[in-house]
Amino acid sequence: MATTGSEQNKAPGSTGGALGMNVRDAIRQPLWLLAELTYACPLQCPYCSNPMDFAKIKSELTTEEWIDVFKQARAMGATQLGLSGGEPLVRPDIIELIRAARDLGFYTNLITSGIGLDASKAKAFKEAGLDHIQVSFQASSEDLNNLIAGTDAFQHKIEMAKAVKAAGYPMVLCFVTHRQNIDKIDEILDLAINLDADYVELATTQYYGWAMHNRDQLLPLKEQLVRAERIAHEYQEQQKGNMKIYYVVPDYYEDRPKACMNGWGNVFLTVTPDGTALPCHAARELPGMTLPNVRDTSVKEIWEDSNDFNRFRGFDWMKEPCRSCDEKVKDFGGCRCQAYMLTGDPAMADPVCSKSPDRHVVDEAIERGRRESEKSTEVAKPLVFRNPKNSKQISGF
Amino acid sequence: MTNRVFNADSVPVLALGYRFQWEPMQDCYVLLYPEGMVKLNPAAGEILKRISEKKQTVSELIAELKVAFDGADLDDDVYQFLEEAHGNDWIRAE
Repeated sequence: MATTGSEQNKAPGSTGGALGMNVRDAIRQPLWLLAELTYACPLQCPYCSNPMDFAKIKSELTTEEWIDVFKQARAMGATQLGLSGGEPLVRPDIIELIRAARDLGFYTNLITSGIGLDASKAKAFKEAGLDHIQVSFQASSEDLNNLIAGTDAFQHKIEMAKAVKAAGYPMVLCFVTHRQNIDKIDEILDLAINLDADYVELATTQYYGWAMHNRDQLLPLKEQLVRAERIAHEYQEQQKGNMKIYYVVPDYYEDRPKACMNGWGNVFLTVTPDGTALPCHAARELPGMTLPNVRDTSVKEIWEDSNDFNRFRGFDWMKEPCRSCDEKVKDFGGCRCQAYMLTGDPAMADPVCSKSPDRHVVDEAIERGRRESEKSTEVAKPLVFRNPKNSKQISGF
Repeated sequence: MTNRVFNADSVPVLALGYRFQWEPMQDCYVLLYPEGMVKLNPAAGEILKRISEKKQTVSELIAELKVAFDGADLDDDVYQFLEEAHGNDWIRAE
C-alpha cells in the first residue's frame, strides 16, 4: 500500500502570506473562492488590501446571489471558501451564508477582525457548519494594536480568540507585520502561546491598496527582518508539534518573486461585494480589465472564457526576462499587480526579481522607507487610515 | 523514524479543524483544513474514511480493513501511514 496523498495548495489568505501553494494541476479549477461579502468594516487598518476607492461600491450581492455563486463555484470543484471583506460579520445574513456553504460541502473559513463576534455567535456559526475562524491582530500590545487599527479593539480580540477555541474551532491567529510592529514579534508569539493558538500566521504586509499608499511608513528595515526571522525560527523550533508558525519574508527583500495566486486564473477566484469576479483581490486596479460580474455572467463563463481570467494564464503573455527564464514555471513571473504598480506595465517581470530591469524601483522604495523611519514622528508622513472619508478624498469622487 | 505514536490500542482521530470528504470533481478523497486541501490516494482514503467515521482502536481499524480487502496483510502499511499522517498533523492519538 502506498502512503500519503499529495499536499496541495495552501491558498493565499486575505494577506496572501505564508500559505504558498505548490501543485499546478493540469485541470484548472477554481479551488479557492474568496467571497468579499462587504467593504464595510469597523476597523481602519492602513495596510488594508481593499481598493482605495472601496467607498464607491454601494450595491452588495444579496443572500440569494451569494448562495448562487457558492453553488456555481462548488460545482466547478471549489473546496475552500473564504468569507472575508471588509468585515464579513457586518453582513446580517452571515449565518445563512455559512450554512448554505457548508451544506454544499465547502470548507468554510471566516476571516474576521473579531469585531462583531461574541461567544454565542461563535457557537451558532459552528452549529451552522463553520469550519474555521481566523482572527486578525494588529500587534501584541494594546496601545499599538489600537493605534494601528484606528479603534479600541484589542481586549475584545483576545476575548474572541478564546471564544473561538472554546467553541471547538482550531485557533488561527493572523498578525499582519510591518515596520511599526515587527520588533514586537516575540511579544506577538508569546501572546499566541498564552492564548493556546493552533496556528499563527505572521503575515507580512503586502503593498497593495491602502498598504501601498502607506508603504513608506510600513516597509520594515532589513535589520528588523533579520531579527524577526531569527526569533520566528526559534519559536518554530520550540513550538514544534504544538503551535504551527508561518513566517514569510516580505517579497521586497527576496530576489525572486512570489508565485502570486499560484498562477493567474489557476486556482483562485475572488468575488467582490458588488459581484465583480477577479483573479486576485487586487486585480481591479489593473488597466484593461473587463471586470465581469456574476450578476450577468456565469462563474463558469467568467473562469473559462473571460478576457480577465485568460489574460495572464500560461506563459505566452510574458516578456523578457521571464519568457526565456526556466524559473517561470515556479513563480509565474510573480505578481501582475505589483508589476503594474511598480513599472506601469502588468506584463513585465515582477520587479522584486533580481533579473528584472526594474529591480531598482524596489530598492528605491526600501531606501525611501529607511529615510522615512529616521525622521522624527513630527515630520514623518502620517499613516492614512482606511475609511470612507479618506477613500473618497484620495480617489476623488 | 522517531518514537512511534500509535500502537494496537491507540485510537486515531482527525486533528482539530480537519475534515474528510469525497470530492467528485477531484475523483478522490480529500482532507480539508484551514485554507488548504490534501488529495488522498485510494489507500490513504480508505484508512482516513474509517478514522473519520467512527472512533476505534488501531487493531479494530486493521481488522475492518482486512475484511474489506480480502484478508490482505496490511498491518505494517497501516502503521506506517498512521505515523506519517501524524507527522503531517492530520491525525492525533486520542
